Amino acid sequence: MAGLIRRRARRQRAFRWAVVSVVGVFFALPLLAMLEFTTRGAGGRRTAETWRLLVDWGRLGETYPDLGAGIAASFGLVLLTVLLMLALLVPTVIWVRLRLPRLRRVVEFVCLLPLTIPAIVLVVGLAPVYAWVTYFLGGSPLTLTFAYTVLVLPYAYRSIDAGLSAIDVRTLAEAARSLGAGWGTVMWRVVLPNIRSAVLSAAFLTVALVLGEFTIASLLSRTNLQVAVNLLGKSSATMSVAVSLAALVLAFVLLLLLSLVGPGRRRRVMKETP
Amino acid sequence: MTDTVASPVGQQEVRRGVTVRLEGLTRRFGNVQALDGLDLEVAPGELVALLGPSGCGKTTALRVLGGLEDADAGRVLVDGKDLTAVPASRRDMGMVFQAYSLFPHLTAAQNVEFGLRLRARPAAERRARAAEMLELVGISSHADRYPHQLSGGQQQRVALARALAIRPRVLLLDEPLSALDAKVRVQLRDEIRRIQLEVGITTLFVTHDQEEALAIADRVGVMRGGQLEQLGPPAEIYRRPATSFVADFVGLSNRLPGQLRDGAVEVLGARLPLIDAADGAGSVTALVRPESVDVVADPDGAGRVLAASFLGPTSRVTVALPDDVLVVAQVASGRLADLPPGTAVRIELATVPVALAH
Repeated sequence: MAGLIRRRARRQRAFRWAVVSVVGVFFALPLLAMLEFTTRGAGGRRTAETWRLLVDWGRLGETYPDLGAGIAASFGLVLLTVLLMLALLVPTVIWVRLRLPRLRRVVEFVCLLPLTIPAIVLVVGLAPVYAWVTYFLGGSPLTLTFAYTVLVLPYAYRSIDAGLSAIDVRTLAEAARSLGAGWGTVMWRVVLPNIRSAVLSAAFLTVALVLGEFTIASLLSRTNLQVAVNLLGKSSATMSVAVSLAALVLAFVLLLLLSLVGPGRRRRVMKETP
Repeated sequence: MTDTVASPVGQQEVRRGVTVRLEGLTRRFGNVQALDGLDLEVAPGELVALLGPSGCGKTTALRVLGGLEDADAGRVLVDGKDLTAVPASRRDMGMVFQAYSLFPHLTAAQNVEFGLRLRARPAAERRARAAEMLELVGISSHADRYPHQLSGGQQQRVALARALAIRPRVLLLDEPLSALDAKVRVQLRDEIRRIQLEVGITTLFVTHDQEEALAIADRVGVMRGGQLEQLGPPAEIYRRPATSFVADFVGLSNRLPGQLRDGAVEVLGARLPLIDAADGAGSVTALVRPESVDVVADPDGAGRVLAASFLGPTSRVTVALPDDVLVVAQVASGRLADLPPGTAVRIELATVPVALAH
């Protein structure tokens, strides 16, 4: 009997490793191929010149001005989108939970709507709006912040909502109010610290989405990282692939961080004693 | 049942609480009338327990007093000052909730300091007050622990310390013991009473547990349908229930058929005085407490023991009488051996005043 159990455990372990290996190779192979491609030098030698250029911001901007501008725009967009998303979503979701629970379904529906609309359809709808945005704020790629905030709503909403579901927001808010806290204090000093990991998740997802966004920027004729990479692909394939690889690795690291901050504080109540 | 805590009689002089008055409070949630013109006055330093079944409006009354719920009509007065329109954050009322309400990201001491921090008290004063309050609730050794490192009972102690730290004018306890197990519940209940008397704070305690209400309160208000059915000292509520609902809800009552005659009721061959005088004559239902019923083994008795349940020092014996009448009697557990199921018995009723079911 013990031998049978041991054999079965060994088989399961082997199967697990096989699956992990196949999946690992499936994801790693293209990345390794990209790395191999970006380190090819003349005469079959290896060179890190492309990567050296990529991390040298001054030289990169001179050599590939569009790419430098695209990277700067994307990082600016990341920052602004995260800020606008948090400023809009966090107070709204908390407020709906606390004061307008009947609106929860409506807010959820509105926030999830962008998920069901293809980017191209979104752009068709946004184009006339962006005519006005351009009129008032100019044609800076940073104006994409508004479109991107809409785009990340479903993911950010889900994350923050899950964080709020994990705590008894209503009771905590009522306890704080009975102790003399106004609504602002309830949000900043009671609710927010307890959904910190959910807010971080929302922010990381936003970063990953914004860094990888191409369609809306391209169709609205703004240059962000992905648009610049696409353009670069036509003139310098090596650099374009290196930038893509760097963006992928950055997104991967962010998602890894997300999985580390993800699990909230364990809410285990100890054995009952008075 | 009510003797587990010291009687508050004689402590009136040391109390420093405020008077709380609820006037004609009305609150409706959709089709449910949670409060229906509720009037209640709580004396300074008094502990009033609101008792009633689910949906009777007791928690709504407490929440309206705390400012967490708005009343459709009526007023909330504290020391004569109308607080009806004052938000919860400025009512100066400490509250302990049924659900664990400690802020998970703060330690026990930081939780207790929270209200003082909002009042911009100096750090030294905050720390001293938090230590004092944690000492009062007997949990000072756990000051640096986070809520998830505390048991349910410990969390409720910290919540009580947190509520008292801000020196509130009124203490509101919304079923603070119902999530705890039986032994802890009794222990903490007695401690809440001790602390309440020590601090001398006017307290409203909401519970659905009649034993808890009778054990802890100066006065108990039994609620039904958003109104007070009866308000009085625990002994009065138990011994002289004003209505059949109170008699039924507080303690156990046998509903026995009887004949009303000459201002008394004849039940199972005994003539029992009435709590409230009643005129007329005819068939009535008398509410008789199990402790007023005695069961005596008698081969010629008309009753048969149906079942017996052991409760510790006493036991409850259910006896079937002719005409499908069931009587529950409370007897000393030592006598249980003589009363196995099926034993022929006769019922004897103590001549104590009884209420009539309406």
